[in-house]
Amino acid sequence: MPDQDEVPVLEITGLRLSYYTRAGEIPAVMDFDLKIAKGESVGLVGESGCGKSTVANGIMRYMGNNGGIVGGTIKFKGRDMAEMSAEEVRRIRGNDIAMIYQEPMASLNPSLTIGVQLMEVPMNHEGVDEEEAFKRSFDILIAVHIPDPKRLMDSYPHQISGGQQQRVVIAMALLSKPALLLLDEPTTALDVTVEAGIVELIAELSKQTGTSLLYISHNLGLMLEVCDRICVMYSGEVVEEGRIDSIFSSPTHPYTHGLFGCIPQPHANKNARPLSAIRGQLPLPHQRPKGCYFGPRCDFFEPGRCDQELIPMDFVDADDDPAHRVRCTRWDEIDPKAFVSADVAEAREVIPVGETVLEVDNMRKYYEVKDSSFAAMFTGGGNVQQVKANDSISFRAGEGETVAIVGESGCGKSTFAKVLMGLETATDGEVRLSGTDLGSIAVGDRTPAQLASLQMVFQNPNDTLNPSHTIGYQIGRVIKRFGIESDPAKIQERVYQLLDTVKLPRAFATHKPRQLSGGQKQRIGIARAFAGNPKTVIADEPISALDVSVAAAVTELLMDIQREHRTTLVFISHDLAAVRYLADRVVVMYLGRVMERGSTDEVFAPPYHPYTEALLSAVPIADPQVTKRRIVLTGNLPSPLNPPKGCPFSTRCPRSLGRLCDEQAPPVQLAADRHAIACHIPLEELRKVEPVFSTPNWDLGAAD
Amino acid sequence: MTEETTDLPIVPPDSMLTNMLKAIGLLRESPVGMAGGLIVLMFVVLAIFAPILAPFDPNAPTLPFAFPGTASPDGGVFLLGTDHLGRDILSRIIWGGQRVLFYATAATVSAYIIGILMGLAAGYFRGYQDEIISFFANVILSFPIMVLYVLIIAKVGSSGLNIVFAVVFASSPGVMRIVRGVTMDIATRDYIAAAKTRGEGSWYIMLVEILPNARGPLIVDFCLRMGYTTITIGALGFLGLGLPPPDPDWGGMITETRSYMTGGFAYMAIFPACAVSLLVLGFNLLADGLREVSLRD
Repeated sequence: MPDQDEVPVLEITGLRLSYYTRAGEIPAVMDFDLKIAKGESVGLVGESGCGKSTVANGIMRYMGNNGGIVGGTIKFKGRDMAEMSAEEVRRIRGNDIAMIYQEPMASLNPSLTIGVQLMEVPMNHEGVDEEEAFKRSFDILIAVHIPDPKRLMDSYPHQISGGQQQRVVIAMALLSKPALLLLDEPTTALDVTVEAGIVELIAELSKQTGTSLLYISHNLGLMLEVCDRICVMYSGEVVEEGRIDSIFSSPTHPYTHGLFGCIPQPHANKNARPLSAIRGQLPLPHQRPKGCYFGPRCDFFEPGRCDQELIPMDFVDADDDPAHRVRCTRWDEIDPKAFVSADVAEAREVIPVGETVLEVDNMRKYYEVKDSSFAAMFTGGGNVQQVKANDSISFRAGEGETVAIVGESGCGKSTFAKVLMGLETATDGEVRLSGTDLGSIAVGDRTPAQLASLQMVFQNPNDTLNPSHTIGYQIGRVIKRFGIESDPAKIQERVYQLLDTVKLPRAFATHKPRQLSGGQKQRIGIARAFAGNPKTVIADEPISALDVSVAAAVTELLMDIQREHRTTLVFISHDLAAVRYLADRVVVMYLGRVMERGSTDEVFAPPYHPYTEALLSAVPIADPQVTKRRIVLTGNLPSPLNPPKGCPFSTRCPRSLGRLCDEQAPPVQLAADRHAIACHIPLEELRKVEPVFSTPNWDLGAAD
Repeated sequence: MTEETTDLPIVPPDSMLTNMLKAIGLLRESPVGMAGGLIVLMFVVLAIFAPILAPFDPNAPTLPFAFPGTASPDGGVFLLGTDHLGRDILSRIIWGGQRVLFYATAATVSAYIIGILMGLAAGYFRGYQDEIISFFANVILSFPIMVLYVLIIAKVGSSGLNIVFAVVFASSPGVMRIVRGVTMDIATRDYIAAAKTRGEGSWYIMLVEILPNARGPLIVDFCLRMGYTTITIGALGFLGLGLPPPDPDWGGMITETRSYMTGGFAYMAIFPACAVSLLVLGFNLLADGLREVSLRD
């Protein structure tokens, strides 16, 4: 537990950081206070652009060419860092304060072995000899739970998986025994099951070593697992801070409350409790409003009070946390919990599922990989290997139904989307849309009607629109191509209607994509997909690149349009919380194969496939009332070139039966009509497994 | 549902004209680019208004071997002197600049059209199309360029059109490589997949969806290549393979007068040589400036 009397490891008061650009000085962080005691872990949470990474860079005194510290003090162990010499700051960096970044591969030198990179830390900082350095590196790798550390030390970074790379980066940071560890979104680039392991490691290490942590993330659920206290940031300032349980149980600032409303909870679903998105978007730094920066988006905005001067932090007098502070003038008179915005929150009708629209039957997609190495030319070469990107995929989707395809990276879900769209053709099996097999027809050979009936929403908002053309042209082109309208005036009218549908101003028709925010671009992507009145829309991770508050709005929009058009939606995602929220049926994939499929309720309750169980357990839940069973997977995703002989999951499965699973492909067992589990373990035993989540008031939330 | 955007200020869309003005405005931030731009602009103005700005008829022999500053018998001053045949060097440089700029632009633009088409096809279709196009490009690029020019011009004879032809032949593979690389990158973007899934044809995708997004690196390279072509035209003229006499041509002017260099008449060759260098320098500085501005955030 943090010791109150000691000098805090880090004490920041009134910090102001700015960037200098063409447009002049842009204040990135304002009036920032933070105190981190020894052994304490503090979370910094907020959406992109709120200044949380800038704070970390400011602490490291690494603001780049165009940034600078404008005011305030940063004291490290009681000493003002501004008064230190450049040499001293350099010594503290990496030694007393270590930083871990989002992308592990970018933190490791690709041309040196892991061992060399680890050993140089104690050799440089403490001048120990090679033998001692090796021993310490070896021990630290064991501490970060790396199996077979000896082999790993001889490996190069590209030879190990992303999760292991991040463990090595953490090990490297710990080698110098830092007093403070800054973690900037350390798991954002990793898969959920890998993320779960890293987060557990970080939480464990901070308890064991007494290192203080500053954990930066946009994910409230992760905060709950790692941090003692959190600061919620919005547009460059902290809007609320306090102990984690106090903030989670009684979020006081409307923004904090809004953030919680945007996160799909494990017991919510689209019909019973729609997400309540925060309206509007983050103001640009040079367009911040007067007074409260959150004012224009706030449901409790009061002209004359909230838009006057800068609002100071105020103590909330929470019973459980005397240090809980909030930046809101009206905190004591409002109750965000009781407030229900008019257009949200009443339960919606369940759309009845119509007749089957999309039928995927035993679809296979194999890629051939030729061994074109120099050696192969001499040994007879031409050794062709097959990558089974999709193997025996089958499912059905009805009109108005949402089918989610879930899995981690490399499971073949994007390949599946490509085959559906005709960007690739299936090797075998059928993909029938309204009875016609499209699986073997490449996109160039499809009729306009077939093309129009199957459209796609893409993942990356910055990539989905052509930067050179106006929004109006890009939507209008779809309308023209599919022959919905041909008269230019009518096309324009239809473009306007579509912009209305996705709730964007009509003036956007003449704008170029770069004038739009990520959420707006994604809305245009949705408008474009629906422009040809498709029967089926494939959404490939449509919200994973968006901030939570924007993602919630885009999710709701997608649901609304689907409801109206009775479109079949194939929702591809790695995010089980989002899937639980919006899908009717779920297909869980691993290494190109379907592990489990069934209705959402069936998949999210026992009997589970062991992989589904592990995936569920890895989802960070932003609700302290939910307790979940922890299952952390060990090992790496096997190479698709050389998959396990039996069940693809057998190498990492905590419930593996041994040889049977390793050598024989699992049978598909039907737990209910249309609920299939591919596993050797008998259904009776799988049924006995306890649910992953349990809450005291589960039934209240789960009303369907 | 709440609306994400209604309270946003609406930014007026950019027209082509404002975009161009903006680009020029940005160039102001790079002194180097600005200097290059002014040099090029000066030559362009001289070329366009050559009939008005040139003080004498460039081909009329008046007073041979007149030093710079000598007064003409018919009135006026030979600012840069006259050559061995008595033609005014300044007027010849101005008229020569017009021809150099015209043929450099024609040749570079043609090389770009061919190079872009080949690069788009190689980068977009990949496969055997790429193999074939890249193979021929590599063969051409593996020749020493000057030898290639001499071979071509010697074979087909020297004329303005043949110079354009030779430059296109020799420099379109370089353009093709740049376009091919950029195309391969852009072809993986989601908006290209979106275009395919609405059934667009390959050439529509290449020309309308890909090409406009490749313009950044191409504009910079275009300026550099204008410089190279200027040098090439000068070098060909010097080798006697340039534009046919008696019309002025910078390279030709140097070669005609170089035998008088030792006799105290060095200015006859130096002034046209300076004109070549200055114009090439202008193009290079402009390219540097454009690159600098485009990389800045």
